Parts: sequence; structure tokens; C-alpha cells
Amino acid sequence: MAFDEYDSETRIFSAVGTRPVRPDGVDKVTGRALFGADMSAPGMLTGAILRSPHAHARIKSIDTSKAEALPGVKAVVTRADFNAEADNADVLDNCMAGEKVLYDGHALAALAAINPRVAQKALRLIEVDYEVLPHVTDVDAAMAPDAPVLRAEGGNESVPEGLSKNVMSMCEFGHGDLDKGFAEADLVIEKSFKTAAAHQGYIEPHACLASLGADGRGELWVCTQGHFVVRNICADLLGMDSTQLRVVASEIGGGFGGKTTVFLEPVALALSRKASRPVKMVMSRSEVFRATGPTSSTSMDIKIGMTKDGRMTAGLAVNRFQGGAYPGAPVDMGAMCSFACYNLENVKSVGYDVICNRPKQAAYRAPGSPMAAFAVESVVDMLCQELGLDPVEVRIKNASREGTKASYGPRWPRIGLEETLEAAKAHAHYKAPLGPNQGRGVSCGFWFNHGGETSVSLALSQDGTVALSVGTPDIGGSRASMCLMAAEELGIPYDKVRTTVVDTASLGYNDVSHGSRVTYASGLATIKAARDAKQKLCARAAKIWGIDPDAVTWEDGMAKPSGHNAGDHDPLPFSKLCATMGRTGGPISGHFEATPEGAGVSFATHLVDAEVDPETGATKVVRYTVIQDAGKAIHPAYVEGQFQGGAVQGIGWALNEEYIYGEDGRLQNAGFLDYRIPVASDLPMIDTEIVEVPNPGHPYGVRGVGETSIVPPLAAIANAVSRAAGVRMTELPMSPPRILAALDAQDG
Amino acid sequence: MAAQVSVELFGSLTQFTGGARTVTVEAATIRDLLARLAEAHPGLAPQLDRGVSVSIDGKIYTEALFQPISPDSEVVLLPRIAGG
Repeated sequence: MAFDEYDSETRIFSAVGTRPVRPDGVDKVTGRALFGADMSAPGMLTGAILRSPHAHARIKSIDTSKAEALPGVKAVVTRADFNAEADNADVLDNCMAGEKVLYDGHALAALAAINPRVAQKALRLIEVDYEVLPHVTDVDAAMAPDAPVLRAEGGNESVPEGLSKNVMSMCEFGHGDLDKGFAEADLVIEKSFKTAAAHQGYIEPHACLASLGADGRGELWVCTQGHFVVRNICADLLGMDSTQLRVVASEIGGGFGGKTTVFLEPVALALSRKASRPVKMVMSRSEVFRATGPTSSTSMDIKIGMTKDGRMTAGLAVNRFQGGAYPGAPVDMGAMCSFACYNLENVKSVGYDVICNRPKQAAYRAPGSPMAAFAVESVVDMLCQELGLDPVEVRIKNASREGTKASYGPRWPRIGLEETLEAAKAHAHYKAPLGPNQGRGVSCGFWFNHGGETSVSLALSQDGTVALSVGTPDIGGSRASMCLMAAEELGIPYDKVRTTVVDTASLGYNDVSHGSRVTYASGLATIKAARDAKQKLCARAAKIWGIDPDAVTWEDGMAKPSGHNAGDHDPLPFSKLCATMGRTGGPISGHFEATPEGAGVSFATHLVDAEVDPETGATKVVRYTVIQDAGKAIHPAYVEGQFQGGAVQGIGWALNEEYIYGEDGRLQNAGFLDYRIPVASDLPMIDTEIVEVPNPGHPYGVRGVGETSIVPPLAAIANAVSRAAGVRMTELPMSPPRILAALDAQDG
Repeated sequence: MAAQVSVELFGSLTQFTGGARTVTVEAATIRDLLARLAEAHPGLAPQLDRGVSVSIDGKIYTEALFQPISPDSEVVLLPRIAGG
């Protein structure tokens, strides 16, 4: 029998596609679930960090003697307490500054004390002598020839001569002849756009409890999207062997990409090592805003040509993303995504990765793609408006489809963009009448999705239940999805499987829960591990029956004889084989350790109705529909939840969220009172429609869904607002003052 | 002996290949491909060291050094794909 089949096209699922209650639900709603700040240890100290008040300054000296002398202070660390030879040099410098502080909020010293009050008092006793340097916080200003320079060495080999030293890298994608393409167009529109930095806005702040002894062995409890990565980076930054540090992932109150790296963790471990006591650290909300990764802010120029009948003839995008004080803005991803939705003969997308005096950006759902889509999809909408064309029809006409060449190079395999557009066209939302001051926006979006290193173990128990161990923190209901896939494969009830996110000492390496990879990669691993276990169960049945293992098949949760020579035997159910496994050969487990490649890309189309108050500039989103290709929805409710979450975060990013810096380079709105994320009363019910175009790279056809849903909202809302207000909005967020200014400028 | 494989590079890498958008190297796997590219065009080495993904017939590989490449496959070099 085949244990490695791909059968999503023909398979009739029993468990997959149902909507059972999530296994972690009761813990979450009763408060029993343990998050980052919920763990304590005997003798625990409180850690606290001294952060720079300057946007850019040289550290001439740090005197910690008075703090160290304060009763109750047990350890103080600075950069000298970390591994000077660390491979992750930029990560280390971001966690603890070296020669310079590079942004408001940059850590430069830390201490551990017997309680928070003593810790805060001691921080005020640390004396720092700064040489304040000129700063820059805007991406365009940072690219100017006379901009303050953060790194004297400048960017890498890809940067053309003559550009600012703040440009870290340059990339370019595309094909065809732009001049020819624009000459073929009946209308060419060229427009510039800007987006503000937005924070991932997770409700749970970063928190950890570290214990690192003098013997070099340590334990770390941490809120993270990837505890194996935390282990490896912390080991590097502290100069220790990775396996001497055991990391346990707590429950996570949101991450969205922002918890794929380290901030507090190496600092807590360094303090614990020095104090020989456990150290707990919890960021304040202000620290989260000032010192952890928001996304890039951007500046983009777009030029697109179109014929009168709606054929796009050429597209050019120039993307400038600032990534904070270190290289790594996701402009390469943004540039690849700019025109991914369109089949263009002539296309070019350029990207510049720029540094400036802001916190190091961190990934945020589909990093780079939402901003790129905002700019391109806005110009597509402008072309549709000026040419009097239907925006969905135009997108269908130009859509990327199987066999067409992507703007970034490859020919597309089987994809589902056209299906999402056809579903949008057929949706009641698209035909519904609009009210006064309302406009309807449409946008498409694309994300790559990712596989990554994955390891799971699936252990059978004598009572016929299953313990599934995974190494990818559950950031969106993945334990339910894993239980469903194991139950489907083994032919047992959903509630007979328990999925646990285990620590770094219990499994082989697992990549971070990012790239929309968990249901795809850990799911594939679960299916393969279950198939491994089934193969062993069939072999055990063959042994019991005294027949060849090839003469046994697995159906409906039972081993059955198969073929003419198998003989006549009563089927052996899963529970019976489990009950006797100790006497028939020993414990049975299934395993999978590999790096799945074949995460199918994902496309979405969003429809938005927005109402703009011309007196106040306030926008209300009155109707919102997400249509996205999920490949195969394992647990449809959580797929819909991902669609809704992405849309809501996109609404915040489009309308209100913004890092605001003063002339002094300091962040002005480091709290949820001044940095406004959407709350329930701001939102309509987000309608969803799941499209299923199976991904041949997954046994059940799964495509990741966690990121694509945040790609279209910025543009879809901008298109709706622009149509409602009668003025094109080119800068995010479209806050009331910005909309009023645009209306005034139009009137003036 | 490995077959000749044509590789499409993204635009900003062409400054290291004398302007060529497509280069041909002898490769049976992704590992061969990356090694031969670095040998033939040393200017590509920094980008290859930072990490790349390779698309083979539309499927993107990020970690699979031993993935076979057929001579008639469409091969495209990409920046390393990650996510949030």
C-alpha cells in the first residue's frame, strides 16, 4: 500500500474540513493558559533595561558602579557581558548597544534586582556620557546625499555608486521592454506613495524567565514564535553550546512576525548567569513600541500603462523601505510582490533597503507585500476609474495564471488568483448598492508562503490515544489543525489526539512559526508521521496474522488483510493494536524530520465599502469581504479567523496606525492610547469566502493562509476611501487630518 | 557528467555576470548550481552566501541542496524567501 500518496484531488475527508472546538480553548478562556509573564521561580529576580533617550549618539562611557552598589541589585550587564564573536552581530547590537545607540529606546545596559522598584531605582543610577549625533528617521531623507550616516562602511556590493551610505542593498526584478510597453498604452499613470511604520500590535508584550547556572546549563521560558531559533541565537550571543540551553515556548498572545527574533531573552540569560539566580523580564508597552520591530515605513513610485480595453502593457515600481537601524528591510520581498498578481510582458520592480534611526524592523505578516500592493493596486484602480472600466474585470483580464511568467521570474504553477476574482465578481457584496459618501474598493494580494525545517513525533498510547509532539508554537489554532490531520490519517476521533508544543530538548530542530508555514509544514510532517505509524501498525498486524506486511492495508482506522493471498482475518482496530503493542514488538511512534519544499503560493481578493465623513475626515468601514485561496481548509473556522485577522490589522494600518517621530528623533506615541489599533466597535463583521485550489506540494493540498490576508487591505481600503472622498489618497495612514488635508487641497 | 542548465538571474545580479540575465552552468542539483555559479561569476558569491531560493519549474526551494535539476527545467535564482 502507498504511504506517501498525494490524494487531495479525489480524497473524501472525514475529519479534515470540520470545525471542532480547539483543544486549547478552555485554557484560554478560563485563564489557565500560561503566557510569557505567567511563570515564576524560587529566588527569581526582576530584570530591567536602560534605554537610550537619543535617536543617535556615541556612547563615550557607562558608569554602573552606583547601581551595582544599591542594596538589592544582584547583577548589571552591558555589551561587554556578551559574546564579542557572535555570528548574529546585528541582533546582538540591537539587544545591547556597543559603541553607538542608534534609535530612541535602544538598550545599552541592564540589571537584575530583588524587585521592580529597586530595579527602576537602580536604572536611574547608571551614568551614561553620550556624544549626541545627527539623526534621520524618514526613508527619503535617509537616502539624501547629505543625510546623517549610521554606518560608515555603507551598503553591500549591490548598491550602485553614488547612493547614500544608508542604502544597504538594492535589488531589481522584471523582464521585457518598458519603453515599448508604455508606448503601447492608451493611458499611463505615474504616482508616488508613502506608508507609515506600523507595529504588529500583539497584545502580549515580550516576556521571559531565564535561568543560566555557573555550569553553563540553562532554561528559558519565553513567549515566542520559534523557541528553537531563540535557543540558537541566545547561545550564539552568550557564547554557549545551543543544546545546553533548553527553551520552552509559553502560550503566545500574538506575534504576527514580531516574535521571530530575540530582544529580552539574551539579556535575561546574561543577567541570570551573572547573578546565579533566575531572572524574569517583561517589557512595558512603551518598550514594545520603542524597541521591538514595527514594519518598515516606505516610499514608492509606480508607473503603469493600460489600453482602453483594460490590458496592462507595462509596470514599473521603485520601492524604498527603511528597516530601522540595521539592514534587512523586506524590500526584496516587496519588490517581488509588486506585480505578482499580473501577467505583464514588460515589468520592472526595484528595491532599496535603507537604514535610519528607528528600531530594527521585524517581520509582519507577508513582510513587504502589503505596502507594495497598496501602491500598485492604487494605480490599477486609478486607471480603471479614468478609463471607465470595472476593477474586477480588469484584474481578471490581467491576472497571473498557471503558465504565465511571474514578474519576479518563474512561470506560475497551479494558482488560484483567477478563482478569487471570479468569486468576488459573483459575490453579493460586489453588486450591493452604495450609500451617500461611500465608495467600494477592490484589491488583490499575493504571498509566497514557506516550508522550513520541521520535526514531529507521534506516539501511540496503550489506550488507543495519540500524543503528537510538534516544535512550532501555536499562533493561530494549529494544534486543532494538527489533531484533525492526525485523526484523518489514522482514522480515529479528533479528541483521541493531543498535540503539544514541546521544548527544544524533545525534538529535532524546528524553524519558526512564520511564513504561513505551520499548517503546511507541521501539518505535512504530522501526516507523514501518522503514515509512518500506520506502516508500523500494519506490520504489527501482519506479524499477528502471520502474513506478509505488504498484504495488510489501513482503512477506517483498522488494519485489514488485502489481496488474494492475505487470508481471512478479522480487521484489527487501532485501539486493539495499541493495547497489545507492548507484547507484539514494543511501543509504536511515527516520526518525520525533513525540510518540506512545496509551500504553495497564495492569492486573495478583498472587497471593501468605506464611508468618509467630509466634515471630519473620519472613515468607517461599512462592509468587508475576504476571498482567499487556502488550497484545502483543514479547520475552516481558523482559516476564516486568519482571513478576518489579516483584514482587521490591515484596516488599522490603512486608517490609523503610525509611528510618529518628533524633530528630536524620539517616538511620540509609544502606547495604545496614542497609537490606535482597531477595536471591535470600529469594525463590521468581516465576511469570508474560502477558495480551494489544492497545492500539489501538500498531501491534502494545504496552502498557508496566515499572511496573504493582510496584503490587499491597505490598497482595497485606499481605493474605497479615494472613491468615497473623490480624491486619491496616496499616503498611509488615511487618518482624518490627512483626509481633510487632501479634500482641502483638492478644493483649494 | 552533469548537464548544462540555464539559470535566470534577478536584475540586480546582472552587474556581476557582464550584463547577462541568463547564464549556463553544469549542474545536476541545486548544490552544483550554486557552486558553479560562484566559480563562474565570483561577484555573485556574496549574494549566494547571504542566502537564495531557487525556483525550478515554478516550485521554490529554499533549503534543498540535493534537489535534482533537469536540463530542460526553468531555473530562476531568487532572494531567500522567508516570512512573518
